[in-house]
Amino acid sequence: MGNFTRRGFIRSGGSLVLLGVTAGIGLKTTNVFAQDTVKLGLLHSLSGTIAIAEASLVDAERLAVDEINAAGGVLGKQIEVVIEDGASENPVFAEKARKLLERDKVAAIIGCYTSASRKAVLPALRRAKGLLYYPTYYEGQERDDHVIYTSQEATQSVIAAVEWLAREKGKTFFLVGSDYIYPRVCNRIARATIERLGGTVVGEDYAPLGHTEFSSVISRIRSTKPDCVYSTVVGGSNVAFYKQLVASGLDGKRQTLLSTVVSENEIDGIGRDTAEGYYACMGYFQSIESAQNERFVKAFRAKYGENRVIGDPMQVAYNSVYLWKLAVERANSFDPDKVLAASGGIELDAPEGTVRIHDTNHHVWKKVRVGRARADGQFDIVWESTDLIEPNPFPTI
Amino acid sequence: MSLEIAFMQLFNGVSLFTILLLMALGLAIVFGLMGVINMAHGELMALGAYVTYLTALAFQAVAPGAMEIYLFVAIPMAFGVTFLFGYVLEKGFICWFYNRPLDTLLATWGLSLILQQAYRSIFGAQEVSVPLPTWLTGAWEPVDGIQLPLNRIFIIGLTIVVAVSVYLLLYRTRWGLRMRAVTQNRAMSAAVGIDTKKVDARTFALGSGLAGIAGAVFTMVGSTNPGTGQLYIVDSFIVVVFGGVQSLIGTVMSAFAIAQTQTSLEYLLSGSLAKATILLLVIVVLYFRPNGLFAVKQRS
Amino acid sequence: MKLTREATEYLTVGLLAAVLLAFTMTLDPFRLNNVGKYLSFGFVAIGIVLTWGYGGVLSLGQGIFFGLGGYMMAMFLKLEASAPELPDFMVWSGIEALPVWWEPFYSLPITLVLIHLIPAVGAYLFAYAIFRKRVSGVYFAIVTLALAMTMTVLIVGAQSTIGGANGITDFRTFLGMDIVDDASKMVLYVLQVLVLFTVMLAALKLTNSRLGKILIAIRDKEDRVRFSGYNTAHVKAAVFALAAVLSAMGGAFYSLQTGLIAPSLIGVVASVEMVIYAAVGGRLSVPGAVVGAILIGFLKSYLSETFPEYWLYFLGSIFIFVVLFMPKGLAGFFDRLRVGRALGGEAR
Repeated sequence: MGNFTRRGFIRSGGSLVLLGVTAGIGLKTTNVFAQDTVKLGLLHSLSGTIAIAEASLVDAERLAVDEINAAGGVLGKQIEVVIEDGASENPVFAEKARKLLERDKVAAIIGCYTSASRKAVLPALRRAKGLLYYPTYYEGQERDDHVIYTSQEATQSVIAAVEWLAREKGKTFFLVGSDYIYPRVCNRIARATIERLGGTVVGEDYAPLGHTEFSSVISRIRSTKPDCVYSTVVGGSNVAFYKQLVASGLDGKRQTLLSTVVSENEIDGIGRDTAEGYYACMGYFQSIESAQNERFVKAFRAKYGENRVIGDPMQVAYNSVYLWKLAVERANSFDPDKVLAASGGIELDAPEGTVRIHDTNHHVWKKVRVGRARADGQFDIVWESTDLIEPNPFPTI
Repeated sequence: MSLEIAFMQLFNGVSLFTILLLMALGLAIVFGLMGVINMAHGELMALGAYVTYLTALAFQAVAPGAMEIYLFVAIPMAFGVTFLFGYVLEKGFICWFYNRPLDTLLATWGLSLILQQAYRSIFGAQEVSVPLPTWLTGAWEPVDGIQLPLNRIFIIGLTIVVAVSVYLLLYRTRWGLRMRAVTQNRAMSAAVGIDTKKVDARTFALGSGLAGIAGAVFTMVGSTNPGTGQLYIVDSFIVVVFGGVQSLIGTVMSAFAIAQTQTSLEYLLSGSLAKATILLLVIVVLYFRPNGLFAVKQRS
Repeated sequence: MKLTREATEYLTVGLLAAVLLAFTMTLDPFRLNNVGKYLSFGFVAIGIVLTWGYGGVLSLGQGIFFGLGGYMMAMFLKLEASAPELPDFMVWSGIEALPVWWEPFYSLPITLVLIHLIPAVGAYLFAYAIFRKRVSGVYFAIVTLALAMTMTVLIVGAQSTIGGANGITDFRTFLGMDIVDDASKMVLYVLQVLVLFTVMLAALKLTNSRLGKILIAIRDKEDRVRFSGYNTAHVKAAVFALAAVLSAMGGAFYSLQTGLIAPSLIGVVASVEMVIYAAVGGRLSVPGAVVGAILIGFLKSYLSETFPEYWLYFLGSIFIFVVLFMPKGLAGFFDRLRVGRALGGEAR
């Protein structure tokens, strides 16, 4: 029995030593807080399922940071980025946000892609009185004191898109989306708009997230013969959906389909030939002709390669860094409260044109555009809103 | 429901059946016959998809005129590369885990994490687009109102070729005979002079190669990204288990049953509900036939 | 002085609890909260030690029960945070009245009872039905995996009533106590360590009892145990139910510690990871499983902070390394380190 005992004891001792080591590494604080830099957290999924769409946002954000640093920084300080991987899991986002705010003491975070991840970081933001710039189109229904929503919320793109479709393409609609909140809210808004315009919804369908088999949905589209398909299918499912649509003969020439989530990035995954002729409604298209945009596209390609394309969320991510910089300069402080207070009304001359932060609801005024995908993966802009559209995150439907 | 739609649904079912079968065939050999729970099997499919992507790139660069036929090079390439990869994998990794099925599960899970990250490092986190030859786009319209996507017909044809080849290989060649002998009774096979280690490696490589073909085919209907494999792995396991391990014909029947049920349910219910229902149905059927629908009767 | 093996194990558990309590003095609130999060998985890992290590039953669906516990606790917290109004995600989805099955979660005692009762009853009935059929381990693993996937799909699809892919987030108070501030996190942590300590003691008691011996016997030669007159399906199902309860407790603590619960904690990836915690720690060692959960949790945090782009390589390699060279996990490794060579026959 003696032998047994010693072994058992070593077993426990060993485990505890390891625990101790663990704790030791944990204790090692990373308190490198140089005076002439300010930290900016970039929190996106670099791994996991959402990384497909989200990882490239970090590239755009780093470009903005580099530009700002080269131009002298913010309030005379160089920006030091701290990158964290949210790993496509909400709990990881929550943990990393806390780490950025409490340990790295970042002045602000640019981050999140899915609403789920944004919701997960809200408590950490409130707790640390932090500041998040959220650079993705989303369903609205939120206005948090600690978040600036720099992309279009649902009403901004959906209403414009549906109005355009009803005007140009016809009034029967088929709504299809992935099964989660963004498509469901978008489709509620779409439905209300369609009814207001005197159109009809002939079908509404949801596929599980990540689904790759769309033949049944396509059968239903075939049998209902809608004038327009409005799609909010997201992620890898999009590739399957578009490929199968084209394969069944409903290509961009024969079926009007508009998505509020398929940007140039998604098209590269879908295949440029496949996506040709389908529509998208976005705030930004890479093909926008303006001096600002030309400069931005050139700078991005110089840094990341000629083959890279830029989608709406990437451009918004890029803008977010600048919107933060402008607010910091107006507040003359890095303190998140002051930066937030100074944010209302800030205008940025962005690649997509002027965007302006709303005085009260933390979203942005912006233009939206409808584009038609070309064979080279870019969009022909076929319509552009005349004025900036007011964000309305809590529509009454 | 009109006749056309009913026919289309039937076709959709057959088409999903071929997808599921391709997905599960490799696993039926690796897991069904050999008993190796390879959680990285999905990543082998992703490997096949990426090989197809690289082949397409090579054609675009070297022989853009021959893009139309690149699939006929890409599919054998996908098979070859994953076959070799599987061979090496068995020799250097899997062979450590025989008789420890659940340990294999954990170790290959680790392997799948590494492979996913490797794809991400090499090809980027974003999806890559694999072109579809023009002759495979569009649909065949035998009668008015019925459109059968050409790429689906191609996949159906290819699946038949693959399934028949696998059958012939296993049941009509010496190699297949050895394979079946080893998986059924290792000790006896060794006693009659079969080099079981060699056979193991080849069997595993064959299963992997089939995953490669599946991956190549999925580029036609789905997305190719580092996480592609994760999407297919659980479904593959369910098809194999539902059909009954150790029974290739069971895998075929199970893929057929699941595919037809799923397409019908999807037409009637919402996608999420259909998916959940099919999973629950599988569980219920497994309850009544715990060794799978088409289990081979044998003494344990 | 000679200690029996049993006494050594108790001593280990005691030491572990002491170290965990000592963390309250050495770690900053952020890390302490992280350890709290890892500990919730420790509960699950103990359950896996019992069912898998001792009972030979591998479940790849422990996330289901973790999720059940987590969601039930989250429902209670959400109701407390949003009362008298409806939870925010219901409002967005146009739900006007609280679904009936939410009603019990207004009360903490009922919530706590349900957190234990539902997983226990559900797991027992499910497992008993399956084990009575004498299915093999692999089938059970795949069936539980399919169940975990089903549950994820269902929850993600139920945006309006259970929060869908977003999960349930944004809790404010627990019985009026602000759950976000450091002081209450500390209280919560200490409470969790004490509960975990009790659970570890109970688990040890069980493994050293007659039931523990029967379990090992079932794992190694189920037929013979059955021939001796035992209802092995009942024993296995009971242990599985126990593991389910432990998972649910972990899930409940998880909701409290992190302030959110999401479908991703139920699914395939999460469920497989839970098994890995136990495998890394040592599938036959109760304290080992807890250490495994803490260690892997910590490594995930630390590696992903330090090498955000490469951390999965490390994590994957660690899994492989452990299975390859430490089949009995850390606990077994330290055994071997001392003795030089493990004595066979302890486990497969």
